[in-house]
Amino acid sequence: MANSVWVFAEVKDGRIKKVTFEMLSEGKKMAEKLGGDLSAVLLGQNVGSLAEQLGHYGADKVYLAEHEALKDYTTDAYSKVIAELIKANEPSIVLYGATVLGKDLSPRVAARVEAGLATDCTGIGLDDNGKLTATRPMFAGKAYADISFSDSKPNMASIRPNALPVSPPDESKKAELIKVDVNINPDDIRTTVQEFIKAAGERPDLTEAEIIVSGGRGMKGPENFKMLEELADVLGATVGASRAAVDAGWKNVSDQVGQTGKVVSPNLYIACGISGAIQHLAGMSTSKYIVAINKDSEAPIFQKADYGIVDDLFKVLPVLTEELKKLKAEG
Amino acid sequence: MNLVVCVKQVPDTESAIKVKPDGSGIIKDDLKYVMNPYDEYGIEEALRIKEKFGGVVTILCMGPGRAVETIRTGLAMGADQAVQLDDPAFEGGDAFATAKTLAEALKGIEYDLIFCGKQAIDDDLSQVGASLAELLKLPQVSLIQKLEIADDKKSATVHRQVEGGIEILKVSLPAVLTTQRGLNEPRYASLPGIMKAKKKPLDVKNLAALGLSSDSVGCAGSKAIITKYTPPPPRAAGKIIEGEGPQETVPKLVKLLREEAKMI
Repeated sequence: MANSVWVFAEVKDGRIKKVTFEMLSEGKKMAEKLGGDLSAVLLGQNVGSLAEQLGHYGADKVYLAEHEALKDYTTDAYSKVIAELIKANEPSIVLYGATVLGKDLSPRVAARVEAGLATDCTGIGLDDNGKLTATRPMFAGKAYADISFSDSKPNMASIRPNALPVSPPDESKKAELIKVDVNINPDDIRTTVQEFIKAAGERPDLTEAEIIVSGGRGMKGPENFKMLEELADVLGATVGASRAAVDAGWKNVSDQVGQTGKVVSPNLYIACGISGAIQHLAGMSTSKYIVAINKDSEAPIFQKADYGIVDDLFKVLPVLTEELKKLKAEG
Repeated sequence: MNLVVCVKQVPDTESAIKVKPDGSGIIKDDLKYVMNPYDEYGIEEALRIKEKFGGVVTILCMGPGRAVETIRTGLAMGADQAVQLDDPAFEGGDAFATAKTLAEALKGIEYDLIFCGKQAIDDDLSQVGASLAELLKLPQVSLIQKLEIADDKKSATVHRQVEGGIEILKVSLPAVLTTQRGLNEPRYASLPGIMKAKKKPLDVKNLAALGLSSDSVGCAGSKAIITKYTPPPPRAAGKIIEGEGPQETVPKLVKLLREEAKMI
C-alpha cells in the first residue's frame, strides 16, 4: 500500500529484539505524517504469538509468514519471502535492524527489489515530499553523512540498535494479523545450517548491548579480564576489548571494539586501561555516556569521556564493583 | 579453482577524517590509502585455497588511478592477475551501483568463489557482497571466520560469527563470501613477490569497455545518495573526578551515573 512504513521484526530465541520496538516507535511517527499505516513483517516458525506485542508498539498490521523453512534464518528463504511481500504490497519505506542478521538480509532484498538502502543509520526522517531521509556514520563514526533517496520505491534503511528511542507500549492496541502464504522449495535455499556453537555466557552482542565494560592494554593480561566480567555481571553488561588486547591474544576477535572490530553505541561504555587510539574512539564515541578509567591523565580517551578517573584500574575496579553491588542490594 | 577477490582502496584507519566546510565531501589531501583491511583476509584465503587445490586468484578493484598501488599489493601477496575498473562515471556510487559495475566485470571472469570484505572501512555500507551475490544469482555467506572447500569443490563448509555464537553452514558453490578478522592472518608481500607483481597482468576497464551506460553506474545510477557530510556530533567536555583514591572517586562516579546520567 502506498505510504506505508514497514519494519522487519527480528526474532532471537523466541523474543522480538529491542531494535524492532525502536523502529516501530519511529516508524509510527513517519506513518502518521505520511497518512499511511505501519506494518511489521514477522517471519519464523511458531512465532505468531509475538504479533500481539508488535501491535502494542504501534504496528497497525502484522504480516506473519510461518514455515518450517523459516525456523532458522537463511538469506535465501528470508529474502525470498520479504522481496515477494514488498513486490505485492509496495510499501514506501522498509526498515531493518542493523544487526548481524539485518545487515545480511537487507542488502540482498534491496538488490532484488532495486531499492536504495542506507546502512546502520543513527537517525531517520522524512523530507518535504514525504521521502525517507537518513543520517549514518561513515569511517566508523569519524564523519556522518545525510542520505536522500531516488524517487523509486521502496526506500530502505537499517537502523543501529540503541540509536532511536522507544515509545512506551500501549497494551490496548491490537494489530491486524495478515497470514502470508509461504512458497519455499528446498532448491531455493542454497545454504544449510549444520550446527550452532553457542558462545559461553548469555550476554548481548556488543553491537546491541546497552552497557559495555571494555578493557585494553592496561589490563596487563587475560586473567585480569575476570575483574571486568565481575563488573559486567553486576551491570548486566557485555565485555569488550581494544585492538591491543585482542592482538595480545587476551580476548577474541569478536570482542574487539573499533574501526576494524565492532562499532558500538551502548548507553554506557566503561573503558578500562584503554588509551583511546583513533580507531578505538571512532568505534565507540556514539555511546551515550563514556566512563574512562586510566592511570595516564594524558590518554586521549579522557577527551571523549563524560566521566574520568585517573587512577590504577586494579584499585578502582574492585571498589566500583562493590559499590554497584551495594546499590543493587538496596534496590 | 577460480577465485576472485573484490578489493577496495580506502583511507588508512590512522587517518583523521575531516569534512569540507561546505559539507560536500571529505578533505582528501592528507589521506594515506591502504587496502581495505577486511579485503586482505579474502586475498589470504584465496591464496590458501589456490595452494591446496590449484587455480587462479584474480583481484577485482573498482577505483581511480591511485588504486593501482592497492592492486599491486594484492598481486605482490600472490594473486595472479587483476582487473581494475576505472572511470570517472563510477565515482560516488552507492553499493547497488558499485555491485552492478562489479557484476558486469565478472561476466568476463571465471569464478568458483568470490570474496568481498564484510564492509569497506570508509563508507561502512556492508552491502556490496550481498548485492553482488543477488545480481549474480549466487548464494552468499557473510562474516566468515573459517572456510573448508569440499573435495568435489561443489560446496563449502563455512563458520560464521553471529550473535551468540558460531553458525556452521554448508553452501553450494559458486558463492559470494564476505570476510572478516579472525579468518586468517594475511601474509605480507615478500620482496620477490613485489618484483613479480610488476609483471603480472593488470587489465584496466572503463565504462565503455564494460558496455554500461553512464546513468546506470556511479552517483547517477545510485538510489541512496549522500547529500551532505558532517563531522561527528561533538561531545561535551567531560569531568575528571577528583578525590583521594578509589574510596573517594568511585562513590562520586556512581552518584553521577545514577543521578546525572541516570544510567544505573
